[in-house]
Amino acid sequence: MTAAPASRDVVVTGLGATTPLGGDAPSTWAAALAGESGARTLDNDWAEKYEIPVTFAATIKVTPDQVLSRPETKRMDPSTQYAMVAAREAWQDAGAPEVDGERLGAVVSSGIGGIWTTLDGWDTLKERGARRMLPMTVPMLMPNSPAAYVSLEFGAKAGAHALVSACASGAEAIGYGVDMIRAGRADVVVCGGTEATIHPMPIAAFAASRTLSLRNDDPQGASRPYDIDRDGFVIGEGAAIVVLESAEHAAARGARVYAKIAGVGLSADAYHITSPDPEGTGQVSAMRRSLEDAGVTSRDVVHVNAHATSTKVGDLTETASIRTLMGGEADHVRLSATKSMTGHLLGGAGALETIFTIKAVHDRLAPPTINVENPDPELQVPLVRSTPEKLPDGDIVALNNSFGFGGHNVALTVTSA
Amino acid sequence: MAYTSQEILEGLAEIVAEETGLPTDAVVSEKSFTDDLDIDSLSMMTIVTHAEDKFGVRIPDDEVKNLTTVGDAVSYIEGAQAA
Repeated sequence: MTAAPASRDVVVTGLGATTPLGGDAPSTWAAALAGESGARTLDNDWAEKYEIPVTFAATIKVTPDQVLSRPETKRMDPSTQYAMVAAREAWQDAGAPEVDGERLGAVVSSGIGGIWTTLDGWDTLKERGARRMLPMTVPMLMPNSPAAYVSLEFGAKAGAHALVSACASGAEAIGYGVDMIRAGRADVVVCGGTEATIHPMPIAAFAASRTLSLRNDDPQGASRPYDIDRDGFVIGEGAAIVVLESAEHAAARGARVYAKIAGVGLSADAYHITSPDPEGTGQVSAMRRSLEDAGVTSRDVVHVNAHATSTKVGDLTETASIRTLMGGEADHVRLSATKSMTGHLLGGAGALETIFTIKAVHDRLAPPTINVENPDPELQVPLVRSTPEKLPDGDIVALNNSFGFGGHNVALTVTSA
Repeated sequence: MAYTSQEILEGLAEIVAEETGLPTDAVVSEKSFTDDLDIDSLSMMTIVTHAEDKFGVRIPDDEVKNLTTVGDAVSYIEGAQAA
């Protein structure tokens, strides 16, 4: 029996994204550094027609029909379309690595799945009967469709996976990609998250759970994590994909390396189906496990990309957890809440924020948190506000936190390469 | 208000082009759906669903396997609308 190498460092060699801020990863990052908001008033009659109390969302900036072929847009749910756009960009950004398909993995998650296809199919059935149901409906709506199409696209035969953990899904997918490489099952993994739920049903459903901001008269000011007047999250859409590679494989082909994913920390609250455990026990465990996995301590952490969705309870629980974990060392952290700009991409969020964390470490710049006019006095960690802040030179460590309905907690440790 | 065979061919070519990305002028009578146009069974059923809708006919599943070429489909639709 051949054992996998004791330690297989995992590096990031490619980035791709399509988001409310831009049609690719560089434009998304540039807009985030500039403090732009991706939220806009919806150009439809949903609110009036269905009495939905929310009239805005962070919609994707470049629609996939501008990038993909017509047959692709007809055969893929929007959630898969976004994933494909981001995956192709990430793959090219990584230099289209030559890798045996048996050593290439695909891990792409969605929190909700192909809901446009599901609901369109139901409408078709009700209005026109079973004969009009399109044969591609099932492969379009299944939640593993983005992972399956990404696997097909690049010939990834080491495994195609779609882990689901609500708003932590995208980060969990990247964590699973790290595990595949460390376990010796793959040398390269294309992984991340996607979501396409700007449809009246999920918006009405999130509104019913009283988690959405109702700031209809000011969409761009609505997502305001840590501001005292925050009133809920702004629903967003899009995808973010990274190419992970064993350090060995990347070095052998002379690939450009953005950063390392050095630690993966997972936990479950087992407390409540939607509310975070107010003690933050699960969040602290996830962060602690991630740092231990990376072989670093909380003293080393210079930047945290917060999950912070702009809800009253969630934002503060997270900073209290960071304080519990780090104690006085939390004073040296620069905290960024990028959902203030992107809105909440649900299953795409954890992946997009991992890209932001990778770029922050690589460019030594912590992105801003916009709309914080009056910081909540209970905020316990120094927040990067309207302009980016410089991160230290030398070896640095950052965390990306992603939490999901169901009590899922994922913390990824990103270190400089 | 029956469609002529030429109108059916043109309409079918548009449906096939939309589904496959092939140019409409590649969809001619003698082409085989599977061998020449590389259309798999799911795509074929999608094309059938759209064709039924467009031409107001019913193409039973048992008939679809007999529609080897584009011309076969045109003939079947032409006959079905007359029925």
